[in-house]
Amino acid sequence: MENPIYYRVKKIFSSMFLQMFLVGVAATCIFPLLWMFGSSLKTQSTVFSDMSLFPKNPHWENYYIAWTKGEFGVYFFNSVFYTAVTVVCIVIFTSMAAYGISRLRMPGKNIIFYAFLAAMMIPIPGAFVALYAILINLGFINPGTGVDLLDNVIKRLGYILPQINQGLSLGIFMLKTFFDKIPKDLEDSARIDGCGKFGVYWHIALPLAKPAIAVIVIINVLYVWNEYLLAMLILTDKSLMPLQRGLMVFQGAHMTQYPLLMSGITITVIPIILVYLFMQRQIITGITAGMAKG
Amino acid sequence: MNKAEVRHIATNYIFILPAVALFALFWLYPFLKLFQLSVFEWDGILPWNQAVFVKFRHFRDLLRDLSWWQSMRQAGFITLIALTFQNALALALALACDKGIRAARAYRMIYFLPPVLAGIVVGLIWNWIFNPFDYGLLNYWLTRIGLGHLARAWLSEPKTALICVAIIHCWRGFGWGFIILLAGLQSIPRELYEAARIDGANAWESFKRVTIPLMVPVFVIVIILTILGTMQIYDIIIATTQGGPHFHTEVPITRMLAALRGSSRFGYASAMGIVFGLILFVVSIVHIKVSQLVKQE
Repeated sequence: MENPIYYRVKKIFSSMFLQMFLVGVAATCIFPLLWMFGSSLKTQSTVFSDMSLFPKNPHWENYYIAWTKGEFGVYFFNSVFYTAVTVVCIVIFTSMAAYGISRLRMPGKNIIFYAFLAAMMIPIPGAFVALYAILINLGFINPGTGVDLLDNVIKRLGYILPQINQGLSLGIFMLKTFFDKIPKDLEDSARIDGCGKFGVYWHIALPLAKPAIAVIVIINVLYVWNEYLLAMLILTDKSLMPLQRGLMVFQGAHMTQYPLLMSGITITVIPIILVYLFMQRQIITGITAGMAKG
Repeated sequence: MNKAEVRHIATNYIFILPAVALFALFWLYPFLKLFQLSVFEWDGILPWNQAVFVKFRHFRDLLRDLSWWQSMRQAGFITLIALTFQNALALALALACDKGIRAARAYRMIYFLPPVLAGIVVGLIWNWIFNPFDYGLLNYWLTRIGLGHLARAWLSEPKTALICVAIIHCWRGFGWGFIILLAGLQSIPRELYEAARIDGANAWESFKRVTIPLMVPVFVIVIILTILGTMQIYDIIIATTQGGPHFHTEVPITRMLAALRGSSRFGYASAMGIVFGLILFVVSIVHIKVSQLVKQE
């Protein structure tokens, strides 16, 4: 036997080393975000000289200026609108489809299910080119109805509908496995109580699926909130742009307004960080579920 | 089947109608449209019936398009960095957190923070760190610690731009690998480690004999996701270098966007998309086959 003290010391040192490594990596994750926040409170004249993480005189009015003059208020409401509409539609459409595929008699439903699964697995990096062409041909880009309000509704739809499609596969996959586990008796007793099939779906299946729906909501909120490619291609109107797109427009127009740009970025990331902090468990469940399909 | 039964089944289809309609219009149709577009010359402005049929000219042009293959090599380079550096970091962190270390949950929370941020946001924040002037954070610190001669315009010099983009990408991405690898490690039954220890295996042997063989399927997933995710990188690049300096950080997606936005060449962009998709598909298949062979050994 070797000296037990040697082992004790070795163990303490190795765990100290390990903790230092873990803390170091964690610091690099957090530091850029703290720097972003601190810089958003500096002024144009101090931002490049004041290298402190948090300024002595925080200029909170930067947020007001970014929100109004920088138009981040408009972008923010657009992002909230796109995210809310898209995610609500994804939940309704995927839960209906998954319920139908799982519980109802429908010749050919397995083919449809496998088509959704295949869509999840085949990478088509060029799809956005064809999607853009289709949106042009269908008149979603330049509706030209003559009524501004109607034009804007159609343009917004052109941004929302393809994103609903993006969320279908994972949602149907997750909810179908969930609905498959609902005991038949539960449905039968609801039927006897006079529920139609929509009633069973709405009153029995949907409430039971709440945990799975929570995961679908969170994953898609992250996805839609962070979307950029489609917004860049099809939204040219400032009043219709979501935050990511607005950030790039702002950066292009006011290259050097660093504090305001950082305020804009902070406005963009705070909702997503809050969602993440409160919904971590669901996010990680969703990711591992997404993995299982692969 | 009587009439009532047919009607009953027909109403069942209402449940899948919205999902299937959207799927057909925005997944299936674009998928087919991509192939059609790739053999036409169309600018997105002329009515579609005036598009010119050019057969496989776009594909022939693409083979000779040096900037396209350069963009492919550059994405490949970033992918190589992500596969080695990023995944090694992710594995090291996952192994550490799997050892029942203090505050493992807090680490998990922090490491997955960058992946939930948008690439645009990440790029814009890192722009400042790599800023060419004295107030760029990296240059500022280098000067402070007496290495001022190393300060440079990190994102606008051909030598450093691509590697800096790769570093930003790894920063944003290692949390993904970490979460998946940690989930894999935690699913290994503890009794196996116990048994290995009783059989006299040291830490390294039990890692080699227990952890690695059981983790092979997880490694396969992580590697495929890293390849697919990194080859299709674009948002970090749009927010930082925009492909510059002089095409040194161009990647396939930014080339496709350039073909679309600069000159509205839908056909050419579609041909790029098809070639790129095929390459990714072949790479994933080869990877899966190879790892199956390795597993059988």
